Amino acid sequence: MSFMLGITPWPVASAILWIILIVAALYLIRSTAHKTIHAAARGLHRSFKIASKAVSRSEKRLAARNRDVLLAAGREAKERILEREFDRINETVRKDLANYSALHRKLSESIGRIEKDHQEAVDVPPDPPGWVKAVEAVAKMSAQEDRFSVGNILSDIHKSLLRAHKEAMAAYHEASAKRHKLLRHMRPDWRQIQQKLAAVGKSVDSLLDRSITIDRLMQEYEDIVHGQDRAISVLSSSSLVNFFVSAFVLCIAIGGATINFSLIARPMAEMVGGTSLIGNFRTADIAALVIILVEISMGLFLMESLRITRLFPVIGALPDKTRVRMIWITFSILFLLASVEAGLAYMREVLLHDELATSALLRGDAGATATGEYMWITTAAQMGMGFILPFALTFVAIPLETFVHSLRTVIGLIAISLMRALSLMLRLLGNVFLYLGVLLKQVYDLPLFVPLWLEERMTRGAEDDGLLGRVGQ
Amino acid sequence: MKHAILTTLCVLLAACGSETKPRNTGVFMLVDTSGTYTEELTKAEQIIRYTLSRLDATDSFAVARIDTGSFSEKDIVAKTSFDDRPSAVNRQKRLFAQQVNEFVTNADPSPYTDITGGLLQAVEFLNEKGTGKKTILIFSDLKEDLEAGYIRDFDVELGGFEVIALNVTKLRSDNIDPREYLARLEEWQGRVEKTGGQWRVINDLDGLEGLL
Repeated sequence: MSFMLGITPWPVASAILWIILIVAALYLIRSTAHKTIHAAARGLHRSFKIASKAVSRSEKRLAARNRDVLLAAGREAKERILEREFDRINETVRKDLANYSALHRKLSESIGRIEKDHQEAVDVPPDPPGWVKAVEAVAKMSAQEDRFSVGNILSDIHKSLLRAHKEAMAAYHEASAKRHKLLRHMRPDWRQIQQKLAAVGKSVDSLLDRSITIDRLMQEYEDIVHGQDRAISVLSSSSLVNFFVSAFVLCIAIGGATINFSLIARPMAEMVGGTSLIGNFRTADIAALVIILVEISMGLFLMESLRITRLFPVIGALPDKTRVRMIWITFSILFLLASVEAGLAYMREVLLHDELATSALLRGDAGATATGEYMWITTAAQMGMGFILPFALTFVAIPLETFVHSLRTVIGLIAISLMRALSLMLRLLGNVFLYLGVLLKQVYDLPLFVPLWLEERMTRGAEDDGLLGRVGQ
Repeated sequence: MKHAILTTLCVLLAACGSETKPRNTGVFMLVDTSGTYTEELTKAEQIIRYTLSRLDATDSFAVARIDTGSFSEKDIVAKTSFDDRPSAVNRQKRLFAQQVNEFVTNADPSPYTDITGGLLQAVEFLNEKGTGKKTILIFSDLKEDLEAGYIRDFDVELGGFEVIALNVTKLRSDNIDPREYLARLEEWQGRVEKTGGQWRVINDLDGLEGLL
């Protein structure tokens, strides 16, 4: 600094001289400096723009892939639902309509019986009364005939009429009773027909309902197949919901597995030793963890063999006989492991009591070792938990499958969002550098305001002179 | 790819082959039975029980008395190396406590006090067990009183050992001249630290939390 200020005997003069020299130098290289700043800014701007475009392209590719994955998953899910609906329809048809011939026969028989009863119940016209012929015979008699004999004849006719009327009434009552009896016989047939028809109607209604559901599902399936935006939006949101719900259920399952672990880790030390280590972990802990993981694996295979989940296509594609065998094998292993766990849970309680008794003895407090009357409840509860938890963990397969499937989509969505943000940031940075170049040029010109002002004045003066010259000519 | 697999295998083999330092603890407790110090044996029993409660599977523990000639296996009252299984450890602890109780009930006072011999016996026992941590507890007033003819004026190698003096009671002469008591403690500290051992004194038996 002293050197710089010492180039003349007066420091102020030296400083002014230096300023003039620097300003002059800056003014001389102004054009080159501006070009350099401009080139650097443009270069950075373009680089960031290219990078932004590249990220944007990747994002679009990823979005397209995610869309394909989403559609494929949605298509598969819809196919499963449709398949299930068709299975149900098939089941309904098989169960209800397969018996249609038997039903038809029953209905025909019932109708036949009704027809027969109806025929028999038809009102029989009464026989013409016998006294009509007697009246005709009386009418043909001559007037000369004895009036006495006519009176006798009429008396007989009266008697006959009374008798005939009595008999006719009895016959009529008998026939009516018979008809009523026949009509009474028809009632159960009518009821049976009504019930059968109601059942058929119910089945048909159920089929109609299912057909409506299938129509809706088919419409959704078609939307998915055609890759419509609405379908994508629905699938995306349902995928997110599935992800969070399955993650929540998996967290619960992890809690269950942790409790299971604490139940068997301590007694496991009796089997594999309490102090041996694998790495930094106790062998007993690792053994307990392995047992739990094997149980979860068996649960997965069981669910897969039952075709409840579809994580391993190989198992799903096995022949039915092999699959059923696999169901029994996995269930047996699971049952054995659950029994082992129940035993270990019991052992845990025994060890705990033993340890408490030893501690009390060492403390000189032997009275504290007395166990409560109801301690068996805790033991039984622990054994029950040890037995049930492995089976409960079997159902982890269902949320796990959902989690795995939805995870792909969710990761894709997160990656798309990140790439979109990155692309935006790169674009912003590119623009920042562009305007930074402009700003730097302005800042560069700031100390050069004097020569620039002079330059402007001179240019304007030259322009004015030229104008005056052109006017003078 | 082959290189990567080979490297991984080598690393795994090296990890398997490397010797790991034992993490178990070995404790040898010397109990002074000389003169009137036998009256303090109930306190020693408490300490032994506390030590038992703190020890775990694969640890080793021995209790020996300090008498006229303590460098002898006959002076070991009870000794055990705990099993790997928790249930067996509990059984061993109970048996050990029972043996110590019998010793405390039937202990006879000895005319002389050979602390150095006991220390040597402790070092031999713990070195033989090869435990990761080695602790010697001396339940004594630290007043060594050797019978004529016993040679104990040599250094005992205590590198890697922690020696803890417990219940170092003051003698009547210490009350007259406390410098004797301090000199006794200083002498033992010097002997232990001279050969690389660590020295501690715990007189407050209510605060045994930091014992092991």
